[in-house]
Amino acid sequence: MEQIAFDQLQEKLYYEKMANGLDVYVLPKNGFNKTFATFTTKYGSIDNHFVPLDKNEPVKVPDGIAHFLEHKMFEKEDGDVFQQFSRQGASANAFTSFTRTAYLFSSTSNVQENLTTLIDFVQDPYFTKETVEKEKGIIGQEITMYDDNPDWRLYYGLIANLYHHHPVKIDIAGTIESISHITKDMLYECYHTFYHPSNMLLFVVGPVDPEAIIAQVRENQASKSYSEQPAIDRIFDQEPQTVAETISTLRMNVQTPKCMVGIKTNDASQQGAEMLKKELSLNVMLDLLFGKSGQHYNDLYREGLIDDTFSYDYSQESGFGFAMIGGDTSDPNKLAEKVKEILLQSTNGANWDEAALQRSIKKKIGGFLRALNSPEYIANQFTRYSFNDMDLFQIVPFLEKLTLDDINEAAKELISEERMSVCQVLPK
Amino acid sequence: MNITTETVKEIDGVKLHQIKTDKYKTNTIVWKMKAPLSKDTVTLRALLPHVLESSSAAYPTTAKLRAYLDELYGASLYVDLSKKGEYHIISMTIEMANEKFLSDQTPLLRKAFELLSELLLHPLSNNGAFDREVVESEKRTLKQRIQAVNDDKMRYANLRLVQEMCKDEAYALHVHGELDDLPLITESSLYHYYEKALAEDELDLYMIGDIDTNEVEQYVRELLPLKTRPIKEASIARANDLIEPETIKEEQDVKQAKLNIGYRTGITYGDPEYSALQIFNGIFGGFSHSKLFINVREKASLAYYVASRLESHKGLLMVMSGIDNNSYGQATSIIEEQLEEMQKGAFTEEEITQTKAVIQNQMLETMDTARGVAEVLYHNIVSQQKMDLTEWMNGMEAVTKEDIITVAKKVQLDTIYFLHGKEVQK
Repeated sequence: MEQIAFDQLQEKLYYEKMANGLDVYVLPKNGFNKTFATFTTKYGSIDNHFVPLDKNEPVKVPDGIAHFLEHKMFEKEDGDVFQQFSRQGASANAFTSFTRTAYLFSSTSNVQENLTTLIDFVQDPYFTKETVEKEKGIIGQEITMYDDNPDWRLYYGLIANLYHHHPVKIDIAGTIESISHITKDMLYECYHTFYHPSNMLLFVVGPVDPEAIIAQVRENQASKSYSEQPAIDRIFDQEPQTVAETISTLRMNVQTPKCMVGIKTNDASQQGAEMLKKELSLNVMLDLLFGKSGQHYNDLYREGLIDDTFSYDYSQESGFGFAMIGGDTSDPNKLAEKVKEILLQSTNGANWDEAALQRSIKKKIGGFLRALNSPEYIANQFTRYSFNDMDLFQIVPFLEKLTLDDINEAAKELISEERMSVCQVLPK
Repeated sequence: MNITTETVKEIDGVKLHQIKTDKYKTNTIVWKMKAPLSKDTVTLRALLPHVLESSSAAYPTTAKLRAYLDELYGASLYVDLSKKGEYHIISMTIEMANEKFLSDQTPLLRKAFELLSELLLHPLSNNGAFDREVVESEKRTLKQRIQAVNDDKMRYANLRLVQEMCKDEAYALHVHGELDDLPLITESSLYHYYEKALAEDELDLYMIGDIDTNEVEQYVRELLPLKTRPIKEASIARANDLIEPETIKEEQDVKQAKLNIGYRTGITYGDPEYSALQIFNGIFGGFSHSKLFINVREKASLAYYVASRLESHKGLLMVMSGIDNNSYGQATSIIEEQLEEMQKGAFTEEEITQTKAVIQNQMLETMDTARGVAEVLYHNIVSQQKMDLTEWMNGMEAVTKEDIITVAKKVQLDTIYFLHGKEVQK
């Protein structure tokens, strides 16, 4: 077991790699009532084209299968895992993103039992023809619910505009049509390929004894037999520099129009320190351009083009990355035009100076401290960072080192008109 | 178990609640202003905190104010509004880094109180009126905030149910105010209301973090000098007599239908039966082990979400679900059966134990966040109780199966609201 201390933050992280390859991290948080644990596989909606375990030929699986699999993990031969967690006073949940599927629980008692339940249910798949069919109705309602949600449609609509081929453009839950093709055999194939411990990470945060937790997991894993697994072969098509669509418009049952501008990065191959620096630089840059303390935000607000739904963010994963800027607006065309103009003229560097940079860095450091009050943030983000070879606890030192040159360079690399797209939701 | 200790002190017009803990990296101040919910003031109250948080005399533009917040290590400042029973509550929260986790050790807490004082007591104003441009732009944003509910069908269905169910009660008012009132508000009428609210509202301040309580008390005395005032009580809207249930169906262009059902319980937070009502709700629909989830979702595959929740200070029980346009009959009858099962006592001791464990767990988890602590403790202000967490836990533990059945029998159907698309088969 390794110990990693972060003195300024007064936190200490415990780590061990299990014999079967599973990464286990524990962050003790004394004073908290709650223990929060996530058990995550590096497998999400984008992993739809791969070579299955013990096979030679790649397969393409139906859209939405990673999410479908997540739903089906909760059902076992002897009943529903939710019931078992609540008998043990815990609440359990799961989510599927583009790149991860996470199973989690939180509880203020019976932590040991709940942790065993979490690990065991994720490591013991049980799918039958009947239960797979029954789930199609439930997920069908989940898909329909999102179909009516304009913010969701705007977000996915914009991603679909940005990418020609990359599977990030596919809805995480798939469609009612695509999930109709899912069978129990496909679920087992995906499960065995992606749920090997060497592709997974367990994070526990709360008022726990780290040595006891790690010993418990070690014993649990030693009792299960896993053969060593080779690296997973995931296949992605070459993605052009340009966007698939420069603009798209969705007509929906809404009163207020919505507009988002997106830019995709031309290079999403970075990992580790390089990726951390890029993500932080771009988020500071967006904050300098669109933050509430800047001129642009105040002009747009006064003109009535934005309201408190306005947001901006850059995020990247292995293989794709994009910035998104926008929100509800009275004039979606004018907002799109202004946002693009602000982005394009920003590469001359005239929008920021050292004082503004230091202010933005301070804001980000404070925001990070605030986030560390949340066990959910720590577990989920640590896992995301780790899957990209980044270290969550390096955020503050990296922020403190950022210079105006870093910001200028990041802006020049990202911002280009041919990689921009606009998505709008308009009233019918 | 980490039970939170609250110390309370009245400093003239402000009731100061302090919760000392070293588990956070930040210190949090939650400021609350409470007044009865009323048609005359609901829109003024909804607008006021947004005007106050946008600028002040010392920081006359949002850019200047926000730049100052950024300098203070990204102190977060936000306001929100809530309805608790027949009260309309304004909250303003300031959360800032505890400097002991920063390489820069400049003390920040006093600055947070100075800022709160600046925003509340020194707004940007002139001759008894706020700045015109600020008020106009916040009116525009408020209009969009009110309208936004129409674009989120889950929230819309919930709002429509409350409007129908409570149509003769103040509770039907929109928490963000009423569109019709907005054009009538001027920079001077709002200022006039601001002075009135500051003089008459019930004021509470929650301070959560690794703080020196004497120091905080001194800051409140010095920076928030507000006179004592009598507490205004809301008139309780209606007795829980026999109800004639109503069904409201509305057609819109939606793919998924929303089924929202409102019941009256006649039991509110602080009543002796409230613990039993919470456990009733937990077995009936509050969780993923509940009857609604198991029967509507897991067995009948009718929904992705189906749950019930309590409006604790109003005594309402609300069921919400998203279903296919054609599942109305099946879904309502399964939900009705589940209530009958509860009233007949068709649930086990194990379900009770399980539900108690999950509710206690949920409460302890809520107490892990500073905002959660303030919200939980504020229930005592709204209900005029002095219950601490240990008493709450004991009250929960003591509930028996008979208590739950007694409560279940008091649950009366009031209104079924169904928002559906065009495809519905009659």
